[in-house]
Amino acid sequence: MMTEPRQTITNRVAFLEQRIPKYASVLGITGLLLLWEIICRLNIVPPLFLPAPSAILTDAWEMIATGELFKNLFASLYRVGIGYALGAVLGIVIGLILGFSRWTDAIVTPIVYSIYPIPKIALLPLIILWLGIGEMPKVTIIALGVFFPVVINTFSGVKNVDPILIKAAVTFGSSHANVIRKVILPGSLPMIFAGLKLAAGTSLLLLVSAEMIAAQQGIGAMVLHYGNLMITTKLMVGVLLLSLLGLLFNRGLQWLENKLLPWK
Amino acid sequence: MRIVVENVAKTFIDSKREVTALQNINFAIEEQEFVVLVGPSGCGKSTLLNIVGGLMSPTDGLVYFEGTNQKQPNLAIVFQEIALFPWRNVFENVVYGLEEQGASKQEIQEKGQHYIDMVGLNGFEKAYPKQLSGGMKQRAGIARALSVEPDLLLMDEPFSALDAQTRTLMQEELLTIWNRTKLSTLYVTHNIQEAVYLADRVIVLSRHPGTIKEIIRIDMPKTGRDSEQNREQFEKYSNQIWDLIRHDAQEALLEG
Ligand SMILES: Nc1ncnc2c1ncn2[C@@H]1O[C@H](COP(=O)(O)OP(=O)(O)OP(=O)(O)O)[C@@H](O)[C@H]1O
Ligand SMILES: [Mg+2]
Repeated sequence: MMTEPRQTITNRVAFLEQRIPKYASVLGITGLLLLWEIICRLNIVPPLFLPAPSAILTDAWEMIATGELFKNLFASLYRVGIGYALGAVLGIVIGLILGFSRWTDAIVTPIVYSIYPIPKIALLPLIILWLGIGEMPKVTIIALGVFFPVVINTFSGVKNVDPILIKAAVTFGSSHANVIRKVILPGSLPMIFAGLKLAAGTSLLLLVSAEMIAAQQGIGAMVLHYGNLMITTKLMVGVLLLSLLGLLFNRGLQWLENKLLPWK
Repeated sequence: MRIVVENVAKTFIDSKREVTALQNINFAIEEQEFVVLVGPSGCGKSTLLNIVGGLMSPTDGLVYFEGTNQKQPNLAIVFQEIALFPWRNVFENVVYGLEEQGASKQEIQEKGQHYIDMVGLNGFEKAYPKQLSGGMKQRAGIARALSVEPDLLLMDEPFSALDAQTRTLMQEELLTIWNRTKLSTLYVTHNIQEAVYLADRVIVLSRHPGTIKEIIRIDMPKTGRDSEQNREQFEKYSNQIWDLIRHDAQEALLEG
C-alpha cells in the first residue's frame, strides 16, 4: 500500500514562547568586558581615554584598601538615602491627600504641575543660599526630585482606583479610614511603585550633579576630582560604581514590589 | 424584618436635559422573600437597586427597614461588575465584610470557610481574582455577600457576563444556596426566564419614566420550576411578563 504524502503542521509562533537560559544575560556583560579589555590590550585606544577593565579593577582594589572608596560611597548613600526616603514619603502622603480631597486637589495640583517641569538642579544655588553649604541642600534637592514623580504617580493612582471597589467596601461596612487603608492605598500601589522607580533614576542624577557642584566627598565629587587630575582609571571606578548603584537600587525596588504586590 | 420602598423617584439633571429615571416606586420586600426586578434596558433597574443599597440618594421618597428591633440592619450587594478586590485572595475577599463588622478571628475563619465551601470554591482560598474564571469570580462575590448574613441581599444582573451554560448552573446553585439561607433578596435581571425561575414576586418596570407596571406573584414551588410538568405554567408566566415588556423593549431598541 502507498503512504499518502504528509505535511506536518508545526507551531509557527514558537519564537513567542522561546525560553532563554539564565546565563544569556551574564553572557552579554562578560562579552562586552572582554571586548573592552582586548581593545585596550591591543592599544587601539590610549589608556588615558579608555582604561582597561583590569586596570580599573586594580585601582578599585587600591581605593578600597585606602578606605577612599567607602568614604565616598557612604557619603553618597547617606545623601541619597535620606533624600529619597524624605521625597518618597512626602510624595506618597501628599499624593494620597490630593487624590482624596477635592479642595486640596483644586488648590495644590496646579502648583505641583508648575514646579514639576523645573529641572531641580537649577534650584541648587538658591537652596544653598537658603540652607548653607552642608548636607541639607543636597538632601533637599534629591528629596525635591523624588517628590514630584512620586506625588504625581500617587495622585493618578488614587484617581484610577475603580469607584465600584470603593462602593463595595462602603457597602460591606468600611469606614472612611478603612476605605483609604484597605482600598485606595493598595489600589494605587502599582502606580506608586512606577513613580518610585522613575524617581530612583532621578535621585542618582541629582546626587551626582549636586556633588559635582558642591561637595568635598561623595561619588560625584570623586569622579570630578579624578577628571580634573586626568586619572581616568579612578574616574571610571566612580562611574562603574554608579552603574552598580543604579542597578541595585532598581533591583531592590523590583524585589519590594514583587513582595508587596503578589496579586499583579 | 421587611424593607419598604416608598414613593421613590429619581431625576438625573444634566447640563442640557432632565431624565426622570424613576417615578412613584412603591413596594416592600417581605422577610425571606426573593423579589426580582425586570424591565427593558434603561428603565432604571440599576438606579433603583443603588438607591435601595444606599449608594445613591433618591430625588424623592425613602427606603427603610421595618421591624428592626433596634438592630442595625446590614446590606450586601453582589455587583454586576463583581468588584472583588484584586489584591485580596479569595478567602480575604470573602471575609471582607466580616472583618469590617469586627468579627473575631475564629468567627472569620469558620464563616469564611463555610461560605467558600457553600459556593464550591474550596481549594481556591489562596487564589487571586485574576487567577479565577468568570463564574468562579462571581461565586466569590456571592460568598462575600452571603458571609455577612445580610438582612437584605441585593444582586444586580450577577450572571449577565457569563456564558449560557455557566449561567444556568449558577442559577441552580443560587437557588440551592437561597433555599438554605432564605435571605430577603432584591435581584435585578433583564432575563425573563431567570426571573420566573428564581422569584417569589416579579416587579415589572416600564420605561420613560421608570414606573412599576405590574407586580406578579409566581405561584410555583421554589424547586423544580424548570421540570417538565411545570413547563406550561413557566411558559405562561414568561409570556405574561414578555407581553408587558415587549412594547417598551422595542421602543428602547429603536432609540438605541
Ligand atoms: N448618572 C447618571 N446621570 C444621568 N442619567 C443617568 C445616570 N444613571 C442612569 N441614568 C439614566 O437613567 C435611566 C435608567 O438607568 P439605569 O442604569 O438604572 O437603567 P437599567 O434599567 O439598569 O438599564 P440596563 O438594563 O441597561 O442596565 C437611563 O435612561 C439612564 O440614561
Ligand atoms: Mg443596569
